Amino acid sequence: MDAITTVLVAMLGGALRVSTPFLFVSLGECLTERAGRINLGNEGVMVFGAMIAYATSYETGSPWLGVLVAAGCGMLIGGLHGLVCGMRGVNDVAMGIAIMLAGTGLAFFFGKPYVQPSAPLLPNIPLGGWADSPQLQNALAVSPLFFLGLAGAFAMAWMFRATRMGLRIRIVGESEDAARALGLPVERMRFLATAAGSGLAGIGGAFLSLCYPASWNEGLSSGQGLMAVALVVFARWNPVHCITAALLFGAAGALGPSLQTIGITWGYYLFYAAPYAVTLAILVATVQPGRTLKGMPGELSIGR
Amino acid sequence: MSGADAPGAAAREGPGGALPAAAAAGIGILPGAAAAPADRWYPWRRAAEAGLAPIAALLAAFAAFAVFLLLLDKSPAEFLDLVWRGAFGSWFSLQNTLQRAAPLLLTALCVAIPARLGLVIIGGEAAVALGGLAAVAAALPVLGGPALLVWLVMAAAGAAAGALWIGLAGWLRARRGVNETIASLVLAYVGLAPFNHLVEGLLRDPASLNKPSTFGIGDALMLPALPGTDLHPGLLAGLAACVLSWVLISRTATGFAARVTGGNLRAAQLQGLPVQKLMIGACLLGGGFAGLAGMIEVAAVHGRANASLIAGYGWSGILIAFLSRHNPLAIIPMAVLLGGIGAAGGLLQRRMDMPDATVMVLQGFIFVAILASDTLLGRHPWFQPRRAES
Repeated sequence: MDAITTVLVAMLGGALRVSTPFLFVSLGECLTERAGRINLGNEGVMVFGAMIAYATSYETGSPWLGVLVAAGCGMLIGGLHGLVCGMRGVNDVAMGIAIMLAGTGLAFFFGKPYVQPSAPLLPNIPLGGWADSPQLQNALAVSPLFFLGLAGAFAMAWMFRATRMGLRIRIVGESEDAARALGLPVERMRFLATAAGSGLAGIGGAFLSLCYPASWNEGLSSGQGLMAVALVVFARWNPVHCITAALLFGAAGALGPSLQTIGITWGYYLFYAAPYAVTLAILVATVQPGRTLKGMPGELSIGR
Repeated sequence: MSGADAPGAAAREGPGGALPAAAAAGIGILPGAAAAPADRWYPWRRAAEAGLAPIAALLAAFAAFAVFLLLLDKSPAEFLDLVWRGAFGSWFSLQNTLQRAAPLLLTALCVAIPARLGLVIIGGEAAVALGGLAAVAAALPVLGGPALLVWLVMAAAGAAAGALWIGLAGWLRARRGVNETIASLVLAYVGLAPFNHLVEGLLRDPASLNKPSTFGIGDALMLPALPGTDLHPGLLAGLAACVLSWVLISRTATGFAARVTGGNLRAAQLQGLPVQKLMIGACLLGGGFAGLAGMIEVAAVHGRANASLIAGYGWSGILIAFLSRHNPLAIIPMAVLLGGIGAAGGLLQRRMDMPDATVMVLQGFIFVAILASDTLLGRHPWFQPRRAES
């Protein structure tokens, strides 16, 4: 296998693995933001989800139960964020940072005993059985959570487009005045959207500890929960585009390690930052003074 | 964000809009100066409200944490005692507290100053890292020079790097209309790339094996402790920065223009205030302070730039700025409080056998409670202005 193929195969595998947590957390963030609220606390939710999923899997021997518990705990933490932000005069950006620190702190606090032991992990689906090369087989051993995320993205897009609930969420996110005029329970819907979004972020966290990198330690999350905000901007608040964004960010994250496999170590971190630079460039190129981003929900506090 | 009484207006003002508007009107002006003659106690009552809400929230946070401890079979009384002793109980622990508060003072200003113009900047973390890196990079060529010169070069380089990074977010907001919160968040991640690239590449000291670091500035060039203490001069720099920022915001024409901009952007534009310049300037200044925090951490604590610079000073700074309602003077007690809780961590770990994340949990409780207490403001009629009795 020549060098370029090696890199491409490694990138493919890396992209599939690295993008899954991005996909879940950006889907969650997308749902929350479409209802008109921003949740930076998903970073804390992810770390806590990773810890609790690993701990549950270790204690019960069932990694799937761990994923469920992570989603449940994510909904609890997101529910707290939703509840507090629903009160008048509370800033959702600052509260998100507070939730991020609280969630991370709780995860480190309770996760200390689980750094050493090894828990049962989620099995991958080997899709590369047809391939001869072990690298390709390895790259194509895809986690079932990845497909769950894909299905979730399309389901969410369908929900926004074709269901009553999706329409209501969009109204609440687009114009609070219109939502109130229609008699929609704005705060309750935002609360539910925030809790559900954080539930998805919790699953993303479970992926980190149970699939890849597949261990629990305090350096597990590298800010994916915060980056989700950038991904959602990149995806223009469209769940299907979240897949593209997650794959792109995942591939860029995998580029550095892939190049290392053929001995190129230069620029590891620069490649890693490439998608952020691209997001920024897109922001700058598409925004005009006095206009908000295309696709941005009108009630989003970061939009004006 | 949205109250039942004024849903549209409150939501549209945006995250920074509602808060600095109230803060600009209330905190900067001396009590009494802005009062209608009929109700001259109103400014005092408003100040009392602004002080009571966070104190009540602080007590609530400690109460909630006490329940948390009871659930874990630990003694809240012992915990409180240890936090007090570890944070403020002795000269040693007080110095530790102040030491930890020093960078927080500067990173909180990085958020608070732009916030007075209605900008929510959350990229301080990268400004600290880049400030520290720039300080080392600038010091390396002049290491042979006199110490004072080296320090000045380092401070200038650190502040410039931070100012450049946050100023870029401000420039994008002012000139291009890009949302500064997203821009500064994305820039924070973009900024970590050159930091890691240089720390692990060009500037890496080959001797630093386990923890990649840049070349050090050497012990001789470390900032000396203040006479009679272990405190480094960074604390003084932070305090001076807070006081100067307060003077700038509350006592100068520029600061007034900034507060008008934060209170009502359109009114400021109609008045012909240089809104764009003010925005960029506030971001440059705030970023400069964050960069200076990075330089101080390098020159007074670590001696070199490495991952220790990315220790959450930027994130804590955001919360401290919000807790102090973007008032530079209120940042001082808040930073000392948070620094104190951090300083107590070691003692808690040793005496109560609790993980070092305990202080993170407590800080999280406090942040959530105090931010939630914002909702209490303006609820009780006693704190509201009264009409003149006839």
